[in-house]
Order: sequence, then C-alpha cells, then structure tokens
Amino acid sequence: MIIVDHITKRYGEKVAVDDLTFTVQPGIVTGFLGPNGAGKSTTMRMILGLDAPSSGSVTVNGKAYRNLQAPLHEIGAMLEARAIHTGRSAYHHLLAMAQTHAIPRSRVDEVIDLVGLDAVARKRVGGFSLGMGQRLGIASALLGDPNTVILDEPANGLDPEGILWIRNLLKGLAADGRTVFLSSHLMSEIALTAEHLVVVGRGRLIADTSVADIVAQASQNRAVRVRTPDGTQLRDALIAEGATVTTTTRGLLEVHGVESHRIGEIAMEQRLVLHELTPQQASLEDAFMALTGDSVEYHAAGLDRLPTELEQIS
Amino acid sequence: MSTALVGGRPAAAPRGRVTQANVVRSEWTKLVTLRSTRWSLLAAFIAMTGLGILIAAAQMNRWTHLEPHERATYDSINTAVGGYNLAQLAIGVLGVMVISGEYSTGMIRSSFMAAPKRLPVLWAKIGVFATVTLVLMLVASFISFFVTQAIVTSHHQQHSLGDPHALRTVVGAALFLTVLGILATSIGALVRNTAGGIAFFVFLLFVLPGITAILPAATGDAINPYLPLTAGTAIATSTFENSHHLAPWTGFLVFCGYTAVALVAAAIGMLRRDA
Repeated sequence: MIIVDHITKRYGEKVAVDDLTFTVQPGIVTGFLGPNGAGKSTTMRMILGLDAPSSGSVTVNGKAYRNLQAPLHEIGAMLEARAIHTGRSAYHHLLAMAQTHAIPRSRVDEVIDLVGLDAVARKRVGGFSLGMGQRLGIASALLGDPNTVILDEPANGLDPEGILWIRNLLKGLAADGRTVFLSSHLMSEIALTAEHLVVVGRGRLIADTSVADIVAQASQNRAVRVRTPDGTQLRDALIAEGATVTTTTRGLLEVHGVESHRIGEIAMEQRLVLHELTPQQASLEDAFMALTGDSVEYHAAGLDRLPTELEQIS
Repeated sequence: MSTALVGGRPAAAPRGRVTQANVVRSEWTKLVTLRSTRWSLLAAFIAMTGLGILIAAAQMNRWTHLEPHERATYDSINTAVGGYNLAQLAIGVLGVMVISGEYSTGMIRSSFMAAPKRLPVLWAKIGVFATVTLVLMLVASFISFFVTQAIVTSHHQQHSLGDPHALRTVVGAALFLTVLGILATSIGALVRNTAGGIAFFVFLLFVLPGITAILPAATGDAINPYLPLTAGTAIATSTFENSHHLAPWTGFLVFCGYTAVALVAAAIGMLRRDA
C-alpha cells in the first residue's frame, strides 16, 4: 500500500505537485491519470524517494522508501525517463541491480526471459529501441519479485505489438494479486486494466474514484444520434417526452434523456421515417478531457464532483 | 507472458536485503562491465609502466649527449615513476565518469532505488574504484621501477628499493593516483555532469599551477606547495627540482585533506539533492 499524504513539490516558483493526497490500495490496479506536465512523474519520484517533497510525506508499506530494508522486494518501478546506463548490457545492468539485494543470477535470467530480451541481453543498452528499453525497464521492476509495481507511462512510444504486450503483462500482474500503480495520459489505455483511478491536473487531485463509476457516469449521459427527413416533427415529439434535443445540421438530432428504443417507438407512433438511430458510445477519453481540460477550475474533489463534469461533456 | 509471470514467483526463495557488502558487489559489476572503464584503466596501466621505461631508454641512448649537470642530478627513481604524469589524466577522467556517467544516463535513479540510503552507493563506488586503481598502479609502478633500473644499469644509474626514498616514491606514485581518483569521483558526484566534472578537475589540478606560475615569484612560491597537484605529487618524487615543496608525507596529507573536503561535500549533496 502506498500512502501519499499532502505532498507538495516546488521547483523555485513553480509548483509541480500541490497538496496531493491519495492511497494506492493493495491488490488492485490503480491508474494515475493526467495530462503531460500534471505532476505524475514527480509524484512517482517522490514515492520512490528520489525527490524529496517540499512538504508532506509518502509511505510504502508503512515506511518511507528510504527506510525500506529491501526496496526491490517490496516495490518495483519503471520510470518514464530511462534510468539505465547506456554503455552496459541489459544482463549486466540487471545483474548489478540484483547484487544489491543478493538476488541470484537465475532470477536475472528469469526476468530477461519474461520480458523477451534473451536475444539482445548481452548487447549494450545504448543500441536498444524504445520498445526494448521499456521491456528492460519492466525487467528491472520485476527483478525483486515485488508485490507492488509502479510503471510510469509504460505504453509510451510503443508499437501496437508492444502495447498489446504491456496490456497482457498488466493483466498478468493484476491476476497475481499485485498492487499496480500505472500512470498514463491516455484514459483508454488505463481503462483497459485499472480498477481505480487517481486523476491529477496541474499537480492537484481532480478525482479519486473507481473506473466503474466513471464508465457508469459516462454511459448514463450518452446521447442518441437520429437522422430523419422529418426532423421538426420528431423533435417536438421527443421534447414532449422530456428529452433534450440539439440539432446541428438539418435532419440530424442529438437526443439526450430518452433511450434509443423509446425514440424508435415514438417515431413509429408518429409515423416518421428514421434513416439512422445510433446510441453514442460513451467516450472515456471525452470524460477524461472534461476532467482535465483547461477550462475546468481545479479543486481537489472526490466522487461528488465527477457527475457534474461528466454531464458537461455528454 | 502473463502465465510465466504468475508461475514465476519464487515465494520460498530467501530474500536478501541491502547491505554495504551487497552494494560493493554491485558496484564492482558496474565498474568492470563498462567498456570506457576497461579502456581507461588499460591506458592508465600502460602509461604508468611504459612512460618511465621509454624515457629511461631514450636517456641511456643519448647519455653522452646530456649536459654534465643533467648527468650529475639524474634520478632513475623519478624517471621510473614519471608515468604518473600521464596516468593521472586517465585515472582522473575515469574517476569523474564512474559517477557522472550515472547521472547523465539516469542510472543513478536505478542505483538509488536499489539502495535508497544513497551513501552506501558512494562508499562502494569509491571503495571499488580506489582499490582497483591502487592495485593496478602499484603493480605498474613496481614493474616500471624494476625495468627502468635494469635499463639504467648500462650507465650505472641504478637504484635498489632499499635506497633512500625509492620504496616511498614507488608506492607513493600509486597512492597519489589512488587519492586523485577519489578526488575525481567526489568532484563527479558534486558536479553530476561529465564535461563539467572533468573541466573542474582539470582546473583544480592542472590550471591552478599555471596561474601561480604567473604570480610574483614570492607569492607563487608560497602558494604553490599547497596546491593539490604539488602537494599530492611530493610523495611520488624522489629528488626535488627546487625547495618550494612540502615534505612527502605532509604533502600527501594535505592532498588527502582536499579530497576529504570534496568527498564530504559530495556525500552531503548526494543526501540532500533530488536524484
């Protein structure tokens, strides 16, 4: 369990992280979401004891990271910025990391095999592609077989095959019952694996909620698109039914507040022709954009704030 | 992938923790698995063994062409350890790079994640690098001494290790280079950047003496013995060219003092600054 308690990080005048408080619950995947520059990486570095908070505190399994006796066995991390010497081979990098905890060489071979780097393990890291670098970063994170794994933008810059690999890996970690804390600026990527979400913008907490809640909220307010040559009549009939209708182009209606099957029934009752009747997919990406968009005045808020913001976009 | 992961949990495996000895093992691996380290150490070794021998051979070849006073003051012990003049550059640059290379590549974050108390990393890094330097430079210095003495026998200039200053100078050259390496690593840890670290190292060791050389003679002579390089090389010198120098062990202690200051500053900086 990771407890982030009112941490603030200032770099001179700039406040990178502003009074951030949240808990990463054990045994589930928690997504850490926010646009680039929201303070995600800084927060992760503070969790890992690399950067000291200007105020506030962070504990990992009840202790400050610096006081962990065997940190690699408790928490494994892959940072977005590479943290590997480019002149050393992947094998020797992992070996040097392993030796700090007296982790046997067999485990080094195991994680190399696990991330599929066998063929290049003896080559210098400087020549690695982005994808190979990410795999090596994940191998480092898993080296000590920790119960908690922190991954900063693991899918960043990966090709589709690499992204699929990361997804499967995350599912595997989750299936193991490990605690995973995963940052991304892409809602769609996080929603595939995370159960819980911590959303930040400009260093502040925007939401601390479950993915199910966000999906439910987004779905509740989804629109139905209707294309009809009898736009005016249908609109009046729907409004009479209590719907909100917006018309952008002639013959195209965006309907809120009435389900698609009911719209079809109303059209039939009125003997109106429908050319299209499409329930709109609730877009998590839109929900995320609304949460973090520049227009939003940020205040630390819990669940209660979410619905209103989601309504704005749907 | 995921199945291997699920199955790959060695729950029963003993779990070690971070100890200074473990971090030393890790730093040894880090040192010897970089190409730049191997080349720098090889360069330092060749310089320390080769330069003195080459110069001795050249001098013996043209012995009869030397000025009489040159022949009278010829000191084959100084010649033998003269390789430190070249080796110090390789050791200094490598000393800066063993730590600045971690900062420039981001490796330092991995190092500190594995050993979050941080100082064990610094001690291990310096301990491993200093030990390797000391062993290699001792061997090189002795090889150079014995080969040089064999060469200068042709003009009866040879010394034995038992002669005054001989053993102290031969061992002293290795000690000087070792402490120089520690100083360089401390500078690298302070500056955290390879180019900046090397520049600062060169300034402190090699530029400062040039500046005192253009000062008024009395001022220069008063300051010069206390400069890091002058103080440090006193222990690696058998006979001195002039009287403006500290006694060998005093000079070495002064040099160690500078190094200690840099090391303490590096340690405090490492604890306090964000990685």
